[in-house]
Amino acid sequence: MMPFMIFAISLLTLLQFFVSYTRSLIAESREHQLSDQTREICGFTAKTARGDQFPRLLQLIELCPENSGDGFKVRAFALYFSLLSLAYSVFRWLMVPAAAIWIDAERGSCAYAAAVALDRRIAYNRTIMAQQASH
Amino acid sequence: MLDPVSYAIWLAVLLAEVVSLVCMIRGKALAEHFTLVLYLCCCFAADVGARSIIKSSGYESDTYRYFFFYSKSLLIICLYFVLMNLYSHVFSEMGAGKYIRAGAAMILGGTAGISYYMVAASSDRLVTHFAVELGQNLYFVGVILTYLLWFAMAKLRENRTRVVQLVLSMGVYVSLSAGSYAVNNLYPDHNGFWKYYFPITSMWLPVSWAYTFLKVPAGTRLATAKVLAPNA
Repeated sequence: MMPFMIFAISLLTLLQFFVSYTRSLIAESREHQLSDQTREICGFTAKTARGDQFPRLLQLIELCPENSGDGFKVRAFALYFSLLSLAYSVFRWLMVPAAAIWIDAERGSCAYAAAVALDRRIAYNRTIMAQQASH
Repeated sequence: MLDPVSYAIWLAVLLAEVVSLVCMIRGKALAEHFTLVLYLCCCFAADVGARSIIKSSGYESDTYRYFFFYSKSLLIICLYFVLMNLYSHVFSEMGAGKYIRAGAAMILGGTAGISYYMVAASSDRLVTHFAVELGQNLYFVGVILTYLLWFAMAKLRENRTRVVQLVLSMGVYVSLSAGSYAVNNLYPDHNGFWKYYFPITSMWLPVSWAYTFLKVPAGTRLATAKVLAPNA
């Protein structure tokens, strides 16, 4: 009985802590202004992003060499996005529109944070290329 | 002997701990977060000790099993010190240092007393899952303490990004560990799975701490509402 109870409570707290942790990582990205080039690549028109753009952004991030340790952050976003997508399907199936709207907005935040990571990688690689060209 | 996968995981864990230590030192967090450094040093010592025991007694030996679970129990006590350090950071402006120290002493004393009682009452079944039960209970106390801290931070509107991320990453780790120990307690026979699972999960804290000290500058602030409220 005790292990079952500990498992159930731990699972709930794990979900809450993980969601809050990833949101703290995403919140860091919200202040960042995307460059025009990254906006064009991502197909963004405003400061908001759609959740369905996330998989494509992840592919673009993988094409771009890593910027000193942001791989951890990108993996956390990807895991959070997968959890949200699962929850989105469940709530749509249960026909709870309010929750589905919130989850869709969260997925959009994930996509924007991924675009910021891509923007930073592009800027980093440009700097490296400029340094190499100057030598 | 360790198989190649376990060996690679063991090396990755050691590397993560060393990188995390370097990031803390580079981030000038040694004095401010001394208990985190202490915890990482203890993890490093436990990992090196485990390797030498595997070499001398073998992976399947009781010696290694006891070393693994009891060193984990000691590491959880170290984790309590980390938690107390985070409590003191959160409550620093309220001048509650002496209450936190008293609370920490009480929790430590209580944990030691309960653990002693459990050992005394279970001496006949030490070979069974006692060590797993102890770990599960200690981690669960950690979950409760971290949750209380996070609740207090939300109420006090704590906005230091580093502190927020350190507490949340701690919450993820203790919840994951308590849940895993509970499942291991229920299904102890899947040794092949647990032998990879526990070392992989132990990488979470060093990696997340390294990220925090490498990427988040000391003075950065983050509104707690952005973490708590939906789409704030």
